[in-house]
Amino acid sequence: MSSLRAVTLATLVKDIRLEWRSKDALNSMLFFSLLVVVIFVFSFDPLAEESRHIVGGLVWIAFLFAAVVALNQTWARELRNQVLDAYRVSPAPANALFLAKSVGNFIFVSVLEALMVPLFVIFYNLKVLGPAWQLIPIALLGTWALVVNGTFFAAMSLRTRNREIMLPLLLFPISIPAVIGMVAGTTAILTGEDSAHFYIVLLLTYDVVFTTASLGLFETVLHAE
Amino acid sequence: MNAVKFLFAAYIATWVIHLFYIGTLVRRFARLKQQLRDLGKDWSQD
Amino acid sequence: MKRLFPILSVLTAAFLAYALYQALVIAPTDALQGDVYRIIYYHVPSAWTAFLLFLINFVCSIIYLIRRNQKADILALVSAEVGVVFCTIVLVTGPIWARPVWGIWWAPGDIRLTSTLVLWLIYMSYLVLRRFSTSAQTQMLAAALAVFGALDVPLVYFSIWFFRTQHPQPVIGGGGSMAPAMLHTLLINWLAFLCFAFLVCWSRYRLEVLQREIDEAHAMESLSGDRDSNKASMPLTRSGK
Repeated sequence: MSSLRAVTLATLVKDIRLEWRSKDALNSMLFFSLLVVVIFVFSFDPLAEESRHIVGGLVWIAFLFAAVVALNQTWARELRNQVLDAYRVSPAPANALFLAKSVGNFIFVSVLEALMVPLFVIFYNLKVLGPAWQLIPIALLGTWALVVNGTFFAAMSLRTRNREIMLPLLLFPISIPAVIGMVAGTTAILTGEDSAHFYIVLLLTYDVVFTTASLGLFETVLHAE
Repeated sequence: MNAVKFLFAAYIATWVIHLFYIGTLVRRFARLKQQLRDLGKDWSQD
Repeated sequence: MKRLFPILSVLTAAFLAYALYQALVIAPTDALQGDVYRIIYYHVPSAWTAFLLFLINFVCSIIYLIRRNQKADILALVSAEVGVVFCTIVLVTGPIWARPVWGIWWAPGDIRLTSTLVLWLIYMSYLVLRRFSTSAQTQMLAAALAVFGALDVPLVYFSIWFFRTQHPQPVIGGGGSMAPAMLHTLLINWLAFLCFAFLVCWSRYRLEVLQREIDEAHAMESLSGDRDSNKASMPLTRSGK
């Protein structure tokens, strides 16, 4: 078990260091996130009364697109340097690679979200009418839901003809319950009209189910030729 | 009655979809039979 | 075996015609909705058939993951494809029914139609993966995806269910019990469509088996550049002509 943790940590640190050194992907992703927010601001009038009801949806759609673009990046680098082949041959557990990739993606996407949220708050003059602290579990659980399945499907998409489009094609349908949880939960907290309790439980259940499934089946995906 | 139009639209749509799918199966069968014949021809040239 | 298929086809066609007659003529007219309600005799059996086929896909995918059984994989593919066809019919006939009855094409909180839409999306993505995957392990990947999809189904249902209870929805009547005569017609139509689905799946299965044999033959041909005597052991001869 300690080998799993050690390998996971080592891989994770390597990814973060690589990302930090190159900064290319990070910078372009940050700019992309900003652009997405701005497009939304122009499309959905922030002055309208109903904006507080729809911002939950807008925020998570923005996160979803940013996550997909980020996820496509992360495996591409592995492919370029044939790291995947080396990994398959090594005795390291496949789960370690999956966990490292997922946690790395999670950190990456969270950074993007941290950038986009203040922008949304500013442009839409957001004021949270419900219990604001509940936004944290929703953000964490929701992001993990997207990232854990996204990492898994990105690995699956590596061996398809249209790799970049395949990831969202596989990810979006399966993510729908999680998206409902994220959006409805966020809206409930922003408007203060409902309780987000059920949605937090839904997201937690979703995360547990799919993290288990991904860990269980990743070995299969990794060894696919 | 106007609503009955919808009834017939639904039934017709159902069969259009089924027949379309069956049509693709028929076409693929024909193509495969052709490939089979080609393969058979190649072998006979042993 | 070859004789059986045309005979069953004729019988099934007759059954479907009888079921249609039941649906349009014999079944009583609904007091509230008039004759439009008869759409359910096609809408509901299609839904039940689609769900059954997706269940078969799930079971076959698990079998394939555990045992690498080729027949299970072919059946998984077949049931997913035919299931999507029936699911499409559900999604088309649903709004056609909703428009005259509720006045709207689509109710966002309508749990049944919305879950069916998500189901359709999940299995479409399964078919897309099978079509575009270039891996030698496509079947494994697809089976893994099918498991994910099946795990998702209860989550989809509950998430929409709770969402619906929090948002006012158009009053959707007809949740009550059905007149026995209507239920009888519904079951007859379902049975007829099940026979039909069975025949379609059988055809698709034979098509896939043939396709794989031909692919194998092509691969063998390009591997053994010169034509030598190994041909006698080719699988093609057992296609039962």
